[in-house]
Amino acid sequence: MTKPYAIERWTPASRLGLTGIAIVVALFGVAPLVLKAGSLDRLTALFIYIMLAAMWNALAGYGGLVSIGQQMFFGLGAYVTIRIADFGLSPFLAIFVAAIIVAAIAWLLSFIMLYLKGGEFAIGMWVLSAFTHLLVNLDGLVQGETGTSLISMNAYAADNRRIAIYLVAMGSMLMLLGILYALLRSKTGAAIQAIRDNEVAATSVGVDVIKTKRKLFVLAAFGIGLAGALWLCTALTFQPKTYFSVQWTAYMIFMVLVGGIGKFEGAILGAVLFFIIETWFGATGVWYLIGLGLAAVIFSLYFPKGIWGAVEQRFGITLLPIGYKLRITGDET
Amino acid sequence: MQLAATLLDARQISKRFGALVVLDRVDFAVREGEAIGIVGPNGAGKTTLMNVLSGAYPPDGGTIELLGETVTKTPAAQRCSRGLAKTHQIPRPFLGMTVFENTYVAATHGAALQGEAAYDLAYDALKLCGMVPIANRKAEAIGLLDRKRLELARALATRPKVLLLDEIGGGLTDAEASELVATIRELIHRGISIVWIEHIVHVLLQVAKRLICMADGKIIADGNPASVMSDKAVVEAYLGSTPE
Ligand SMILES: Nc1ncnc2c1ncn2[C@@H]1O[C@H](COP(=O)(O)OP(=O)(O)OP(=O)(O)O)[C@@H](O)[C@H]1O
Ligand SMILES: [Mg+2]
Repeated sequence: MTKPYAIERWTPASRLGLTGIAIVVALFGVAPLVLKAGSLDRLTALFIYIMLAAMWNALAGYGGLVSIGQQMFFGLGAYVTIRIADFGLSPFLAIFVAAIIVAAIAWLLSFIMLYLKGGEFAIGMWVLSAFTHLLVNLDGLVQGETGTSLISMNAYAADNRRIAIYLVAMGSMLMLLGILYALLRSKTGAAIQAIRDNEVAATSVGVDVIKTKRKLFVLAAFGIGLAGALWLCTALTFQPKTYFSVQWTAYMIFMVLVGGIGKFEGAILGAVLFFIIETWFGATGVWYLIGLGLAAVIFSLYFPKGIWGAVEQRFGITLLPIGYKLRITGDET
Repeated sequence: MQLAATLLDARQISKRFGALVVLDRVDFAVREGEAIGIVGPNGAGKTTLMNVLSGAYPPDGGTIELLGETVTKTPAAQRCSRGLAKTHQIPRPFLGMTVFENTYVAATHGAALQGEAAYDLAYDALKLCGMVPIANRKAEAIGLLDRKRLELARALATRPKVLLLDEIGGGLTDAEASELVATIRELIHRGISIVWIEHIVHVLLQVAKRLICMADGKIIADGNPASVMSDKAVVEAYLGSTPE
C-alpha cells in the first residue's frame, strides 16, 4: 500500500542555495592564489568570526543558554594549544587536540552549569571564565599577563604559514557549520528547536532537555576553543587578557542578534556584517564600539528576529532547510 | 473488568504552593482501558494533579507508580517515554515549528521512533485530530482552537498508554465537540486509557465511564457518572463556588 503522504526536506530554492554556497566555498578555496597577504589574513578572521557566531547561536538561539562567558573557551583553546605545542606537537595538530580537550572540559562543567537557570547560567559562565583566566595566569609558561607566543609556528615560512592557516581556518569553519547543520537536521535537531520554543512542552513530549543542551554546550566549547586556537595561530602571541576578554562574547552576541538569533543562516550573515563593519570602521576606536552597541540594542528592540529572520518571513525562503514538509499524495483529506 | 491492570497508581499525593495546600493526600489510580472524567470548580487542583502525575511538578508527599514502577522522582520526559502523556491547559505549541514538526518531535522522542515509522506516527496523530490540511503551517500562525487540537495530536504522537487531557474541549461549537468526542472514542477503542478534565460536563459524559469530582485539593466523589453528578457533596461544591 502506498502512503497517502510524502515528506520533503529539500526545496528547489535550497538546492539553488546549496549550489551557490558550493561556488562561494570554491572561490574562497582558490583565493590564496590571487589575494594579497593582508586580505588573506582578514578572510581568516572572517572564518573565525563565523565560527564564533554560529556557536553562540547554537547555544543561545537553540539551547536557550545565554552565556556571557564564552571567552573562557576561546582563551582555553589558545592556552591549551600553547601548552601542547610546548610539548613538541605540531601547532597545526595542537589546535585540534586543544579543541577536543576544551570540549572535554565543557562536558565536565555541563554537569553543574546546565542546572543553573537563565541569569544564573549567564553570570556563572562569566565567573568561571574570570576564574579560568586567573588559573591560566598561574602557569609559569604563560608568565602572567606578559604572555608568551606560539614559537613553533616560526618553523614555517611566513607566506606558506599564512596560506596554511587560511585553509585550516576555512576547513574548520566548514567542518563546524557542517556538524551543526547535520545536528539540526537530525532527530536531535527537532528536539533542539522544541527546547528553543518551549522547554516545558519539550519535556512533556519526551525530550531529555539536559542531555540535548549538553550536546550544544560541548559543541559550542569545541568550536569556540578551535576559534581561539586559530586566532592564536594568526596572532602568534598569547596574552591571557586579550583572549579571556568579554569583548569576544560581546562580538558573538552582536553578530547573532543582528543576523538573526535561532537561524542557522542568521549567525553567518551577522558575522559577515560584523566583518564588514569592522573592516570599514574598526579604526575609529570608541565610536566603532558605540556603533556596535547601538546597533545591537536597536536590533533586539525592533528587529528581534534579526536580518535573516526578516528575510525569511518576508520572502519565505530558506537556503539551508532543517524542517519537514508534508505533501499529500493520495486524494484523501 | 475488575481484573484490568493498574497502569497509573498515585497514593497520598500532596502538593503545596507556599502556604496554599493545593492537593491534600489524594489517591488516584487509572486502570487499563478506563475513560475517566474529572470535574470540579476552578482552583480545585485538577490541573495540579495532572502536573504532579506527569512529572511537571514534584509532589510534596506521596508516591506515584507507572506500569508497576515507582516514578515519583522520575523526570517528566522519561514518564512520557514510558507511556504517560499530557496536554497543557494553556497550549504550549513549539511556535517556530510547523504543526507536523510539532508532532514529529513527539514521535521521535516520546515514542522513540526513527525515520518512516516516526513520520507515520506523526501523520496518523494529525489525521486523527483533523489537522492534516494545516500540517505545514507554523504553529505561531494557528489559532487557539487549533493549538488545543495540536496539544492532543502531539500527546498522541508520543504513543501513550495513559493520556491526560486538560480542558481540550472549551470553546468548541456543537459540531466540533462531536468530532472531538468521536476522536476520543477512537483512542479508547485503540486501548489508550483516558483521563479528561473538562468543565463542559455533557461532552465529558459522552465518553467518561467513571467520573471524579475534585474540590479544595481533595477527591470528593468518584464512581459512576450519574451517581457522582447527583452526589450531595458535588452539588454543594458547585453551588458554593459557581452559582448559576
Ligand atoms: N505554579 C503555581 N504556583 C502557585 N499557585 C498555583 C500554581 N499552580 C496552581 N496554583 C494554585 O493552585 C490552585 C489549584 O490550581 P489548579 O490549576 O490545579 O486548579 P484547577 O482545578 O485546574 O482549576 P481550573 O478549573 O481553573 O483549571 C489554584 O488556587 C491556583 O491558583
Ligand atoms: Mg485547570
